[in-house]
Amino acid sequence: MPSIRTKEFTPRASEAINNPTIQESLGRLSNFRQGREEAIAEFGQERWDEYKKRAQEIKHETMEHLDHYLDMLSTNVERAGGHVFFAHDVQEANDYVAGVAQANNVKTVIKSKSMVSEEMGIADVLESMGIEPVETDLGEYIIQLAKEAPYHIIAPALHKSKEEVSELFERILGTPAQSDITALAAIARKVLREKFLKADMGMTGANFGVAETGTIVMVTNEGNGRMSSSLPKVHVATMGMERVIPRLADLSTFLPLLTRSATGQRITSYVSFATGPRRSDEEDGPEAFHLVILDNGRSNMLADPQLREALYCIRCGACLNACPVYSKVGGHAYGWVYPGPIGAVVTPSLVGVPIAKDLPFASTLCGACREVCPLNIDIPRMLLKLRSDANEGPKGTRKANRVEAMVMRGWRMTVGGPRMFTMAGKVATLLQWPLSRNRFLRRLPPPLSGWTRSRDFPKVAAKPFRSRWAAMALPPSKEGSDGD
Amino acid sequence: MAARKISLFVTCLVDQFYPEIGEATVRLLRHLGVEVDFPADQTCCGQVALNGGYRSHAVAVARRFVEIFRDSEAIVAPSGSCVTTVFTHYPELLSEFPELAGEVESLRNRTFELTQYLVDVLGVEEVGAFLPKPTRVAYHDCCHALRDLGVASQPRQLLQSIDGIELVELTDCESCCGFGGTFSVKYSEISTAILNEKLRNVDASGAEILTAVDASCLMHMGGAMRRQTMQARPMHIAELLASGLPGGACA
Repeated sequence: MPSIRTKEFTPRASEAINNPTIQESLGRLSNFRQGREEAIAEFGQERWDEYKKRAQEIKHETMEHLDHYLDMLSTNVERAGGHVFFAHDVQEANDYVAGVAQANNVKTVIKSKSMVSEEMGIADVLESMGIEPVETDLGEYIIQLAKEAPYHIIAPALHKSKEEVSELFERILGTPAQSDITALAAIARKVLREKFLKADMGMTGANFGVAETGTIVMVTNEGNGRMSSSLPKVHVATMGMERVIPRLADLSTFLPLLTRSATGQRITSYVSFATGPRRSDEEDGPEAFHLVILDNGRSNMLADPQLREALYCIRCGACLNACPVYSKVGGHAYGWVYPGPIGAVVTPSLVGVPIAKDLPFASTLCGACREVCPLNIDIPRMLLKLRSDANEGPKGTRKANRVEAMVMRGWRMTVGGPRMFTMAGKVATLLQWPLSRNRFLRRLPPPLSGWTRSRDFPKVAAKPFRSRWAAMALPPSKEGSDGD
Repeated sequence: MAARKISLFVTCLVDQFYPEIGEATVRLLRHLGVEVDFPADQTCCGQVALNGGYRSHAVAVARRFVEIFRDSEAIVAPSGSCVTTVFTHYPELLSEFPELAGEVESLRNRTFELTQYLVDVLGVEEVGAFLPKPTRVAYHDCCHALRDLGVASQPRQLLQSIDGIELVELTDCESCCGFGGTFSVKYSEISTAILNEKLRNVDASGAEILTAVDASCLMHMGGAMRRQTMQARPMHIAELLASGLPGGACA
């Protein structure tokens, strides 16, 4: 499992905010936003809403009967000649994949982009066994060379400028400096082509696992998913257990939603289907196919009615692009595999609320994520639930701040009735009196110093509304609408 | 216009920090023939606790709110986010009291943000307000008003009707100002980064007044506008809509 750095949220957010190159890269998120909006406009808003509704219904049906559909998927993969392994956690999943690699005497593994494989940290495991793992998605390849984690669900190297990529290639591959993106891609393509040809195992993710046919569906723009799944003699696909969909026909609902939400494309350059290994009468394809289905805490989310719908996520990344916080702090601040609003729900749910407490709190609850989500996942509501879990959950699962909890108890007493409330206002007017001569305060003590770092704070009014109401209660004259 | 009666939920922020917004709200409503009462026991809707992750406190405050406003024909607040707390969150917050379910359902549908009430309930098209001199005004869409209540056209329609206004649209008018309640204090640097982008758009619009339906977002943006001595100043929509009406000062 990759290291969990969720506790470093604030310093890493600060780093990103103060890095002009990263801010420029994050500025490019507007291309994703615009692409998505145009694609939906072309598709038709009403039709889009219908598709969303249908997708939600399918996901609902799937999650209500998840065991049934996973069983069906497993049966049909095996019927097609593949092997299925249900992994309770990352350790089990990694052990299984390591075992497959060992049994096949694997030296090189080519990988296409997969968030679950990041969750497993399989690349490190393979490397420790002396096996070379090679990321073949261009963005993933770049961050693999840079030894970094993905920055964005669909654009892992979003934060890298072309100059940085050129430097990286120069340093590690020894290629001459290049400022042209196409030329940089050509360098990677050349290196990767050789890896593709010599790899003896391919690993892919699965955007969807179709239960009724036992088919794994991969949505890519570079064709590397197809290469990784068909060229080497062994294909290992990894998927989270929520990726299953009941029927092949359901793809006609999910694919249009996924590609438009993600990149604004009507369809990606490649949509690849893999059903088991090569048949005896087929010329291409792997000799063996393994599907690893990972739980790793997802069962807990499934069991929680307030978090269950987070499992509807199809990993399009639209919520990241729409999020004002992600747009400033970027992907690494979130400290684990899944960044942005959906990450702020998934990460605490999978790694535990106490060590990921920052994530649900680091949101303005603006609701932009929910608005763009093709599955209508109510992320803000889930963040509220996780916040409450963090402060008021059962012992051992919470991480409350005692001072803050005390302040909140004081607040509750204050708003418990008009007398206390009015008195609190009066006390505040006395306390603030020496601090400023005008209506604003320029500097406040902690914790409010966070506010006054960049903003003036208004003083409490000398006479609150409730004291003015008496004078207003009876209008001076019988005021009519013709009173002017 | 038929006689209407509403209970004003002034919100804790307006009560203690911006009483003049409350006064403008009352003037505006009365000018439109609405009878206003102010239940004196009111304090807060509970949003602070809900958003802060102190659900149990929010539940207690929500229960209070229901008791105080249970007999009100309609409840109107000069805030989108406080109304959202009632409209979007009360059913879940009070779900542990099944005996209140019917009452909560009715209450949430009788609770309105000010411009929502004026346009959607009363059918007001113009309020008769006027500004002493032609003024460029930009409207900021507050997140909860926009996304939870669907308030977007109502304030714009009313603002357009003000004599002397030149309403301008902000680039990315629907993006958050970075306030987010305690977020603005706990994650001050992130909040400020989001805010600065918003203020660049306000500046570029050439607006002299930045208006919105929520005093909280305006407190946030206005606090930085003041710190940065920007030309634009914040003004709550109730004050703009009440400018030039009897019994009040001009904007």
